[in-house]
Amino acid sequence: MGLWDYLGQPFAQHALLAGTLVAITSGIIGPFVVTRKMAFAVHGTAELSFTGAAAGLVIAADAVAGALLGSLVVATAIGVLGVRERERDSAIGVILAFGLGAGVYLLSLYHGFATEATNILFGQIFGVSNGQLLLLLGVATGVLLAMAVLYRPLLFASVDPELAEARGVRLRLVGVLFLYVLALTVTEAAQIVGTLLVLSLAITPAAAAQRLSARPAVVTGLSVLFAVLACDGGLLASLQSNTIKASVFVTTFSFAIYVLARVAGGALRLGAPRSRPQLWRRHKAS
Amino acid sequence: MTSSAPAIRLAGAALAFGERSLWGDLTLEVAPGEFLAVLGPNGSGKTSLLKVLLGLQALSSGTVEVCGRNPRRGSSLVGYIPQQRSFDRDLPLRGRDLVRLGLDGHRWGVGLPHPGSRAVVAGVIEAVGAARYADRPIGVLSGGEQQRLRIAQALLGDPQVLLCDEPLLSLDLQHQQAITALIDQRRRDADTAVVFVSHEVNPILPMIDRVLYLVGGRWAVGTPDEVMTSERLSNLYGTEVDVFRVHGRIVVIGAPDAAHGEHGGEHHHPDVAELL
Repeated sequence: MGLWDYLGQPFAQHALLAGTLVAITSGIIGPFVVTRKMAFAVHGTAELSFTGAAAGLVIAADAVAGALLGSLVVATAIGVLGVRERERDSAIGVILAFGLGAGVYLLSLYHGFATEATNILFGQIFGVSNGQLLLLLGVATGVLLAMAVLYRPLLFASVDPELAEARGVRLRLVGVLFLYVLALTVTEAAQIVGTLLVLSLAITPAAAAQRLSARPAVVTGLSVLFAVLACDGGLLASLQSNTIKASVFVTTFSFAIYVLARVAGGALRLGAPRSRPQLWRRHKAS
Repeated sequence: MTSSAPAIRLAGAALAFGERSLWGDLTLEVAPGEFLAVLGPNGSGKTSLLKVLLGLQALSSGTVEVCGRNPRRGSSLVGYIPQQRSFDRDLPLRGRDLVRLGLDGHRWGVGLPHPGSRAVVAGVIEAVGAARYADRPIGVLSGGEQQRLRIAQALLGDPQVLLCDEPLLSLDLQHQQAITALIDQRRRDADTAVVFVSHEVNPILPMIDRVLYLVGGRWAVGTPDEVMTSERLSNLYGTEVDVFRVHGRIVVIGAPDAAHGEHGGEHHHPDVAELL
């Protein structure tokens, strides 16, 4: 079958739709993940979606619902244990270690261990059902709405917490709300590209975008664009290949965009007029 | 409010964290246009005083008013200039964006472009002479340039009180002078009261109307000539402290680094270090 034949098939259409939803939400949270140095939180919640999925399978034979509910538990745990930013990474490490142990035990209870484990870890993009697609749509809508409300105070709190607090931003509230948004987004992404490869959608596109612009809105836009290109491009490429999984293409494309952005960003900086040495004009008080 | 009403009024104000009392029975009024320097060793509660005035920290006892009202977080009556901090070089934020966040960054929502807001932001950037580099990423700007933008940000709401928390820290002498001149100019032009926390008195000495000197729960207030004397400071520190005037500069010798013998007094007292 050629690419166009595949695109007529529901499984491919579902995959592209799901991939696009995941890419848009991941692309939107990405710049904040990078600015707030939360790559480990992304990694941790992504891996812990494995535990949630395993619990969902054992309890209700539903990995996706289990992972989504589990992500809220994980976000709460990180929020409670990692109150201070310095403690956050160690709190995530603590939760991650325990959670993965629990996940291994849960999966051992579930019949069909190997395939499910592989699906959870590496994604099951071409097995997205109608119901899952609706759930993803719901989660994505929720994440987008939440980010629309959070965007400005979150940006302020991320780049300049001291001043944001003085201006009335509730740092803790904003931080915890973002943690929930992040956990839901990452878990949703983990269903598509897999637990292990989430970083390629939630961090790499944003990191690439930062090389190209210093305008927050432009960076967010580019981050979404890059995530969609990598995800949908990876899916389309994998339709042409019998042997290579979609997640391999997604991560490869994502990385390629990053490398190109670094090269282009370097060129932009070289081309820009170098900042002059400080010619300080004194503003004397009259 | 008449112009003679104080910009800041503290009455019997005390702040303690658990057992540890930072300062107590502090009664003080700051007039509009007055430049009050808050001096003292590390841990003496200088920054906490600013937090009280910002409405971020409640007093343990006593009352505080800013422009006749209880301090409220996010009030536009108050402009806040924090310490210079280093931004990551590739932080995706221009100087202009940082200033803009000071205008409406605390509000929920996305914050769509708005011509009125853009003009207000451009106005304050122009007023502090930062227009030339306001569109560059904040992380590549020098400390002095960043602090100019901070001042622009603090001026956005046309504040009646400017609270400055060591805004000169890690700036070189030239930039220190430029930044203090800007702050001084603002209070003269707009009759804005300035509360300026510093561990160094000399860069701001010409502007100071009064000094509030905090040491280990005790305090003294008055003009620099009244407070910065061997007798007053020895009294405050409870140990012998010598204060000299050398070429218009004040040199303090013998003052312990930190109040309460707190650890982390890793900074040498700068005025002493100058002599070494």
